[in-house]
Parts: sequence; C-alpha cells; structure tokens
Amino acid sequence: MFFRMIRGTFTKQLGKMLLIAFTIALGASLATAMINVMMDVGNKVNAELKTYGANITVSPKGASILSDLYGVEEGTGDDEFLSEEALPKLKTIFWSYNIVDFTPYLKGRVTLDESDVMLVGTWFDHHMETPSGESLDTGMREMKTWWDIEGEWLTDDDDDECMVGIGAAQKYGIAAGDTITVNKGGSSAEYTVKAVFDTGSDEDDYIYTTLKAAQELFGRQGLISSIEVSALTTPDNELSKRAAQDPQSLSAADWETWYCTAYVSAICYQIEEAIPDCSAKAIRQVADSEGAILEKIQLLMILITALALIGSALGIMNLVAASVMERSQEIGLLKAVGAHDIQVIGLVLTEIMLTAVLGGVLGYIAGMGLAQIIGMTVFSSSIAITPVSMPLVAVLVLCVALIGSIPAIRMLVKMNPTEVLHSN
Amino acid sequence: MADKSKSVTAQDNEDILVLEGVSKIYGELKALNNVDLKVKKGEWVAIMGPSGSGKSTMMNIIGGMDKASEGRVILDGMDITKESAKSLTNIRRDKIGLIFQQFHMVNYLTAVENVMVAQYYHSMPDEEEALQALDRVGLKERAKHYPSQLSGGEQQRVCIARALINYPKILLADEPTGNLDETNENVVVEIFRQLHNEGSTIIVVTHDPEVAAVAERTIVLEHGRITKNIINHNDYSKPINLRDYEGLSDEMLLGKG
Ligand SMILES: Nc1ncnc2c1ncn2[C@@H]1O[C@H](COP(=O)(O)OP(=O)(O)OP(=O)(O)O)[C@@H](O)[C@H]1O
Ligand SMILES: [Mg+2]
Repeated sequence: MFFRMIRGTFTKQLGKMLLIAFTIALGASLATAMINVMMDVGNKVNAELKTYGANITVSPKGASILSDLYGVEEGTGDDEFLSEEALPKLKTIFWSYNIVDFTPYLKGRVTLDESDVMLVGTWFDHHMETPSGESLDTGMREMKTWWDIEGEWLTDDDDDECMVGIGAAQKYGIAAGDTITVNKGGSSAEYTVKAVFDTGSDEDDYIYTTLKAAQELFGRQGLISSIEVSALTTPDNELSKRAAQDPQSLSAADWETWYCTAYVSAICYQIEEAIPDCSAKAIRQVADSEGAILEKIQLLMILITALALIGSALGIMNLVAASVMERSQEIGLLKAVGAHDIQVIGLVLTEIMLTAVLGGVLGYIAGMGLAQIIGMTVFSSSIAITPVSMPLVAVLVLCVALIGSIPAIRMLVKMNPTEVLHSN
Repeated sequence: MADKSKSVTAQDNEDILVLEGVSKIYGELKALNNVDLKVKKGEWVAIMGPSGSGKSTMMNIIGGMDKASEGRVILDGMDITKESAKSLTNIRRDKIGLIFQQFHMVNYLTAVENVMVAQYYHSMPDEEEALQALDRVGLKERAKHYPSQLSGGEQQRVCIARALINYPKILLADEPTGNLDETNENVVVEIFRQLHNEGSTIIVVTHDPEVAAVAERTIVLEHGRITKNIINHNDYSKPINLRDYEGLSDEMLLGKG
C-alpha cells in the first residue's frame, strides 16, 4: 500500500519530482567535483608549486656553519661534502611522501678562458629506486621549470655536454653548439654546449653539467656539496616556530604532534636525522606560501561545496513545500482516516529520499565529469577520483534532502484535516 | 484511558456519545455555545441549522479533529477532550468513520485502493474485505476505476465504503449529499438505512429537509446552541424513497417549541 502510494505520487507529480531531483543533482555534482578536486589538489597544486623550486637546502654541517657565519658559499665548496649514497635516505623519513623532488649539487670554481667561473654538477632527470622499493624520477629539470632554455635540457647521460647561463655565455661569447674547455687544477674537460639558459638570478653566471662529469673533473667521486629539496609542507604555526628554534624544548606530546605534522622544520629535522652530519635549512618564504596556498585553495573549495549544497537545499525547500501544498487535501484526508503525523512524514520523506537518490546518482556521475573538466582546464591533468567521495556525497545529499524537507514537514504537522477537508 | 473516563461509562451505558456543556470560542464568536447532547448506540441523528450555526464545528469536535474550548466530549466512554493529538488520531482511526461534502479521494489510487488506505493506517490492507465494502455500496464493478473515472455519486459511495471499512463505533457525515443529485442522494440515504438496521450509529449534518426527516431524530443548531430536538417516526423496514418524505417544515424547524 505504502509502495502504491509512493508510486502514485511519482506518476502524479513527476514534473515536480524531476525538478527536485535536478536541483539535488546540481548540488551533488558540484560537491562531487569539489571533493574530488580537493582530495587530488594536493598533488595538483604540488605539481604547480614545484615550479617555485626548492624549499629546503641540505648542506654538510661544517659548511653551513661557515656560510652562516660569513654569508659565503663559494669558499666552502672545496672543504665539506656529503656522500652521494645518502640521497636515497631522503625517501626514508617519516614525511617521505611529502618530498616531491630533490637534486644534489657538486659545485666548484673552474677556469675558462683564464678567468674563474662556477661549475655545477647535478641530476637533471635522474631515475632511482628508493630503499622502500619505490621507483622515482627526480632532478633539477622538474624543480626549475621556469628556467628559460635556449636549446635542450641536459639529461643524466650527457657527460660530455653542458648548459651555460646567459651571463657567462655573454661574457665568454658562447652559444649553443659551441665547445668549451674548462680546467680545474691539473685536469681539464671539454663540453659541448647543449643549451643557454636564463633564470634571472645568480645561476646565470654558472655552467651546469652532469653530477658524474663534475665529480670526475673535481676528482670527488661519490661526493656532493649540497642538496636542494622540494617538499610539500604545512604552514607554520606557533608550535612549529617554537620547534624550529629548539625541538628539545617541546613537551613530549607537543614534540610528537610537531614531528608527525609536515611542518618544514619537522621535515628538516627528519632529514638531519636521516643523513649524517648534514644541516637542513628551510628557505622559509617559499615553503610557507606553498602550504598556505594549498590551504586557501582547499578552503575555497569547501566554501564552494557548502554554498552549492546550501543552494540546493534552499532550492528544494520551495519545491518540496509546493508539492506538499498541492497535496494538502490528500494529506488532510490521510490524517482524517487515521494516519499519524509521523506516518505522513514518512511517506513524504520516502518520496523525497528516493528523488534525492536519483538526483544524487545523476549528480555524482556529472560531478566526476565536472572534476575532469576542472582538472583539464585548471591543472591540465585528470583528477584521480577518490573512493570516499561516493559515501561522502551520499551522506551530503541525504542531509540536503532532509534539510530541504524541513519546512514541508513543519507544514505537514500543522496541516489540520478539518481546514483542508471542508474548504470548497 | 484514565479510570475517571471509565467511570463515566458506567453511568451512561447506552450513550455512545455525550456532549456536556461544549463550547467552541473563536475570539468574540461562540461557534458552539454550551451544547449538551446525548446520542444512543445505534441511533440515527440528523443535524440541521443555518449556515454558520456551528454544525461542522460540532462534527469536528466529535470527530477528534478539533478541540472544544470548554466542556467534555465522551465518546464510547472516553473523555476525548483531554486526549493528545496523537491519541485523537488513534481514536479517529479506531472509532470514527468520516464522510464529507467533498468526495475526498486520493486521485492516483483506484476505488478499492482508496478504501484500503483506511485499512492501511488502521491495521492491514485487505483487498478482499475492501471489495466487500465496495459491494455493499454497489460499486464492486468499479473497484479498479480511478476517481476521475467515477461520477460524484459513485465517489461519495467509495468514501462511505472507506468510512465503514474499519467498523467504526460512529459514522459522522457532514453534508454527505450536498453535492449530489436526487438519485444519488437517495442511494446514500438508502445505504444509511441499511447501516442503521445493522446497528450503526449515524450522525449526519444536512441542509436537506428530506434527508433530515429520514433520521430518527433531528437536532437544530442556531448560533451555536441546540434549539430543537425533533423525534421522527419512520419505518426502516423497507427501502427509502425520499419523495415519500415531506421534509421537516420551516415552522417545525424554526418555530418556538
Ligand atoms: N477556524 C476558524 N476560525 C474562526 N472562526 C471559525 C473557524 N471555523 C469556523 N469558524 C466560525 O464558526 C462559525 C461556525 O462555523 P461552522 O463551519 O461550524 O458552520 P456550519 O454550521 O457548518 O455552516 P455551513 O452550513 O455553512 O457549513 C462560523 O461563523 C464560522 O465563521
Ligand atoms: Mg459546515
């Protein structure tokens, strides 16, 4: 009987029910899209923000003291080194998944045309296996995406080639395709210039080659002088600032919280734990802004989701109320015949819930499409669909339907059979 | 279901309905003004009176759809003026059959389904029994028809079948024939006669003097007060033909007495 009555409503008020389903579908689709984008946005924004480069530099302990004291980097390059073998350890720290890229540097002065120039060996697109068995591509190319390259990026196999900064290129009259010879102490090396790059910073005066070529030239096999790390971090707060000054000053509980939160200071601390005799320093402004931007974007999306859901709840409020109004005679009759308020509410809510399920399913499907459109237009890549988004959207849709039915339910309860049944 | 209401039963065993000093006050207006009324089990009572005299108000209060401002209403031994809205719904469901001037049917349900709705909220829908009820009002053939496919008279007969389906203690009909032509009016009154012979208690509000005259007793309401109580002497052993009834004359209804 209950089922027959429900079916009856759907045939009689099909248009209204479809409109309710459509309104719910609109809200659900936006919510689905936003939730999925939000869950995936960490990766997306991260990929975007990597273009801003490293946010942590790791250098040998002694070197960092020197450079801190004298504000010079150049003199230290020859004195202190890290082991190249320590690099995979970066991916063993607690927050290893937040380390999205890193690259080692081996820096030193070389002679070119009888004047001094800085030569840097690094990874460009290095493939490595981490201790946890994960395979990983990392290197400078991904971290310096804003570099303006004339020619082609080096690869890790181009041991006989180099990239020259625009400053050095102009000074020595070098163009892509030229061959240059550099000297270091007794040894010398000949590189073909594969590209000239423009960064707008100090690196414009440098020459870059592969890590292997630099180690050979400097006679420093297996050694590096610093590492640049790009890590995804949580914005600093009072706790992380205290911790950055002195982690030992925290209480055990605070320390635990700090250690298990992706603050840049916590990540630095963990890097120092993992790599012996190193000093990890945050390049603070960049690290802060990455986390802050991410949080702002997520907040924005939560707001959009909330607004979409509120909007659709308000939208159906009117529709559900109108549908109940239209049926006031029928409802009054049911009450007169002996239906309790709760039974009539159950009947109406069941209809709305069925409609909401229909709208929710349609909205979810549309939302997944919308997420991909957002992914493509905003991030130029597809959005990974998060499985939890389905139950989450289902719960949200049912809440919307419930909230949207509140005015109608209040009307239902107030509806007096005598008034409806005697009116002509 | 306090013991107090039970004690009321003991003294008036015969009366299915007792109104004691019932008033209904809307601001300045006394729609019902200190009404006393007793209806015996199995009685057939008609209520007449000018428009606005409080007939529907009284029916709504008896039917538990409205609350009296003052006084007591004792239905089947229970003082319903003290009951909550929820238990009034139960009382209505279990003890009262309602018929209105408008033929209120759920228009997306068939005739038999409309009868079954009342069963559904009472206990269990039973199609067999619903069909029997339709048979009683002569509509078995039309059981699968929708309201839009039924005439006004037929719809009202479905409503009567629905009002009867749960064996109510009392049948309340507010102008059941108000929207019907003479033929259908006669059909409805004839159904009432049969119900009366089977022992049903019937209270019917009407503007029609003939329909009023067919009842055992006619009560006249004016300005919320009962002004007349007329006993009619009718023979209920054979089918009723309304044409044979004179109808209560205006003098009888309005004259001093
Ligand atoms: N909800 C209400 N609020 C205020 N006044 C009301 C209300 N319901 C009824 N009344 C008034 O109470 C009086 C009695 O109304 P009621 O409906 O009982 O009359 P009636 O005898 O059934 O009339 P009719 O023959 O026209 O159906 C009328 O004056 C009416 O205006
Ligand atoms: Mg009336």
